[in-house]
Order: sequence, then structure tokens, then C-alpha cells
Amino acid sequence: MKRLINLVPGRGMRWVLTALPFVLIVVVYLTGSQIRLAANPSDKLLPSLAQFAEAVDRLAFKPSGRTGEYELWMDTLASLKRLVLGVGVSALLGLSFGILSGILPYLHAGFSPFITVVSMIPPMAVLPILFIVFGLGETAKVILIVIGIAPFLIRDLESRVLELPAEQIIKAQTLGASTWQLIVRVVLPQVLPRLFGALRLSLGPAWLFLIAAEAIAAEQGLGYRIFLVRRYLAMDVILPYVGWITLLALLMDMGLRRATGAWFPWFGADAQRHST
Amino acid sequence: MSLLTVRNLWKSYGDQVVLERVRLEIAEHEFCTIVGASGCGKSTFLRILLGAERPSRGEILLEGRPLSPEPDSDRGIVFQRYSVYPHLTVLENVLLGLELAQARWLGRLFGARRHAAIARALEMIEAVGLSDARDKYPAALSGGMQQRLAFAQSLVCKPKILLLDEPFGALDPGIRANMQALALDLWRSQGLTVFLVTHDIPEAFGLGTRLLVFDKSRRDPRAMPEPEAIHSPGTRLLVFDKVRRDPQAPYAYGATITYDIPLKRKDRRAAQGLSVTSP
Repeated sequence: MKRLINLVPGRGMRWVLTALPFVLIVVVYLTGSQIRLAANPSDKLLPSLAQFAEAVDRLAFKPSGRTGEYELWMDTLASLKRLVLGVGVSALLGLSFGILSGILPYLHAGFSPFITVVSMIPPMAVLPILFIVFGLGETAKVILIVIGIAPFLIRDLESRVLELPAEQIIKAQTLGASTWQLIVRVVLPQVLPRLFGALRLSLGPAWLFLIAAEAIAAEQGLGYRIFLVRRYLAMDVILPYVGWITLLALLMDMGLRRATGAWFPWFGADAQRHST
Repeated sequence: MSLLTVRNLWKSYGDQVVLERVRLEIAEHEFCTIVGASGCGKSTFLRILLGAERPSRGEILLEGRPLSPEPDSDRGIVFQRYSVYPHLTVLENVLLGLELAQARWLGRLFGARRHAAIARALEMIEAVGLSDARDKYPAALSGGMQQRLAFAQSLVCKPKILLLDEPFGALDPGIRANMQALALDLWRSQGLTVFLVTHDIPEAFGLGTRLLVFDKSRRDPRAMPEPEAIHSPGTRLLVFDKVRRDPQAPYAYGATITYDIPLKRKDRRAAQGLSVTSP
């Protein structure tokens, strides 16, 4: 008998194992839902599949009676706009400040301790300040995402730059590189795939801050809707919305992973093995 | 006139003197090998030549002018590891120096200038024997091939001095011999002036026209290898050593060049060239 650590599942078995927890959770849910609905047909806590289908159909494919809009798509569009803007701005900040602080000793001395302190501020604690300063509009929500993830991105990319072997930096100088050339030809291309990895890690917090901001003050958005229908115990809406958000986040994560492999073919096989 | 002049160079970190009274004249096209035990200051000396560190006292002149205080394209370097860029293919790695020299803002060339640069890069790749791997990334190359690439990458910029910091230290013995042959071949064919730092004494005698020995722990001529077996194609071997020792203060004195051995002809015994140049 082999040791457990040496027993490796085959391809088919791997698929079965991947599907297993999902199948289990669906079976458990449906069983529970059936039991509760049998006891009380107007129970709202665990809706049946038919009730989900009805709610999704109403939100996604029929215009709302109140506004004439397709609510699911409007909410998705509003949330994605905020998320992409927030994450995009954070990525740019992370890349530029991370690289500069990693490569320029003077900037590092002045900036690095500051950003370490800033990154310790709990972003949710400053949300009221953002609402006071920027109003209840889009700006405050985007800035909350930026405050939430940009310090992490800056610090992560800065440390990636510092990890570059000193030999590489010296070699570039002997090849005649100026500081600027060193950044665009040596540092930036090597840090970009790291940015993608860091973005994948920060997508979770980004969604968290987005939904928190939407829950508090918004007129549209996935988080807004969930917190709105909570009052009516509308699990038939909340659960599909949660599933939809999860799917969107998963697709973004997969997209970033695929892009890393396609755009940075040199990016080490070992590094990718750990990042799946 | 000599290409490189080192005048009374000292290097100390706080109380610890690493190098003292180093004086050296290097003519163009010398292949100068520096040996010494680990920690004797030979790498520090190379880093000073490179511009990655400043001497505490003394000066270094390149073609009569003080050496730039930061690394520049006058001096090429091949380190033991990490000298090639993992995100660039073999061709792109060699092309990099040419592109940096000609494209100030983008660091990239386009059109006819790019084609001309590629032609030059390919010549260099051919010279180090990597033509079949031109589109591979360094991760797909063996250690020896990566060092070949590092040579090509430095040489395409035509440095006045090529500095080699234990470039073969991480290679298997067979490949090391191969690479030593390549280094000598490039030295001759490209008309280079070479500084090689090594702690491998047979390598030091086998390579180079001149040997410098830096040695911290011993000053014992018997520690030198038996010269009979040595056939040297090079010109000079320098030995670094501590000549003054104070057991109460082991860091009070630094190493300096204790042997400066010209290695003129293959058949001559290296021992005949032994001469003590420092007090």
C-alpha cells in the first residue's frame, strides 16, 4: 500500500472530486427546501428551484414595473463600473508607486513607511469620511475600493521590485540603461505579471468594499439590491444575486490567470504552478 | 599608456580594512585573473572596478580619466548568476544593449535600425554558439548556455573592460572547461581586456595573462599550486593577500596584491614568473 501522499487522482477522478462539494451542497439545500416548503408552502427562507427561476426571470428578463429597467443588468452594470474603475485606478497607483518606491532609494525612504501606516487604516472606518467629503455619489464608492486595495498593491509590487536580483539592475547599467530605460525595459515587464497575481488576490477585498459601500448609500448595484430586498426576506432574490456575484468574481479571476499565461509566456512554470 | 591604473586603493568598512595599498597597471588586451580565498576582498575589488562600490581612498583611472562612480557601458559584467533577463528571449537579451544605446525613451528599436541591430546581435549569438536557441527564454537554457548568453549580452556593447565575477562557479566541471575555452576564444577574437575573479586556482592559472591573488588567511608561498602542471594561455595572474597581521585586531589590516605573475607563454613554468610586488 502506497503512502497517502503518493496517491494521486487520475483525470476522471479529479473531475468527480471537483464536482463533489458543489453537488453535495445543492442536494443538501434542495432537501432542506423541500422539507420546509412541505411544512409551510409560503416559507421564504429556502425557496425552491421554481421560485428562483421565477425571481431571476422577473429581474433579468422583464422590465421593472417601477422604473421600466431590467434590474439585474442595470445593477450589474452599475457595480462593474465602480469595481473596474476602482481596481483600475488601484492597479495604476500600485504599479507606478510600487515601481518607483522599489527602485528609487530617495522615494523609498520617504514613501515606504508612510504607505505602511496608510495600509493599516481600516478602509471601512473612513467610509463615513468619504461620504461626507465626496457625497453619496460614485466617487466615494470608487475611492473606498482604491483606499482598500491600492496600499496592498503598492506594497506588494514594491517588494517584488526589491526582490529583483541586484545583478540585473547593475547589468542593465553596464548595458547603458538610464533610470527611465531601466524601469521600462527591465523592471516594468517583470513586475506586470506580479501585478496580475496581486490583482487576483485583491479582487475579493474589492468586491467586499464595493458591496459595503453600495449597501450604505446607492440607488443601483448588486450590493444595493441585496440589502434592499433583505427587508422582505426575499431569499429568492438574494441567493441568485450572491451566486451571480460569485460567478462574476470567478470569471475575473480566471481571466486574469489566463491573461498572465498568454501575455507573459516567460513567467516561470514554477510560479504558475503555485498560483492556480 | 595603460588602459587602467589603480593608485593606492584602500577600502574599509568602519574599522575593518578590506583592501589596502592596491596598485595596479593594466595594459589593453590583458587577461588578468584575480585569485584569493573567500572573503579576501577580491570581489570587493571587482565591485569597485565596476562602480558598484566606492573606494575609501585612492583612485582608479580608465584611459587616464577617473572611473565613473556608477556602473556604465565602459565596463561589462558577467556575474555567477542572474545576469540575463528572464522576460526576454536570447535574441532580445542580446539586443537590449543596442536598443538602450539608440532609443533613449522607449528603449526599443523599430524598422531598419532594428534590423541592423538584430544582425549585430545574431553575430554575437553565433560567436557564443547559441544560434539554435535564439528564440528561447533563459528559463529553457542550461546554466552554461545562460552564461554564454550573459557573455554575448555584455560583449555586444563593446565594453572597454569585461569584468567576470566567478562566471563559471556554478557550472559542472565539464561545462566549466568548455566555458573557459569560450572565454579565451572571445578574449582573442573580440580584442577584449578582461578581469576574472575566481577562487579556483587551476582556473586562475589556466585562464588569463596575469594573475592577481588576494588572500586574507595565509601568506604562504607553499600554498600556491605546483606549477609543473600548469599550461597557461593567458598573460597575468594577481594574488591578493594580507601581508600584515595583528592577532589582537584581525581586521586592522587589509589584503593587497602579493603576487603579480605574468603568464606569457604556454610552455613556460608559471613559477618562473613569480614576483612579489608588494612590501
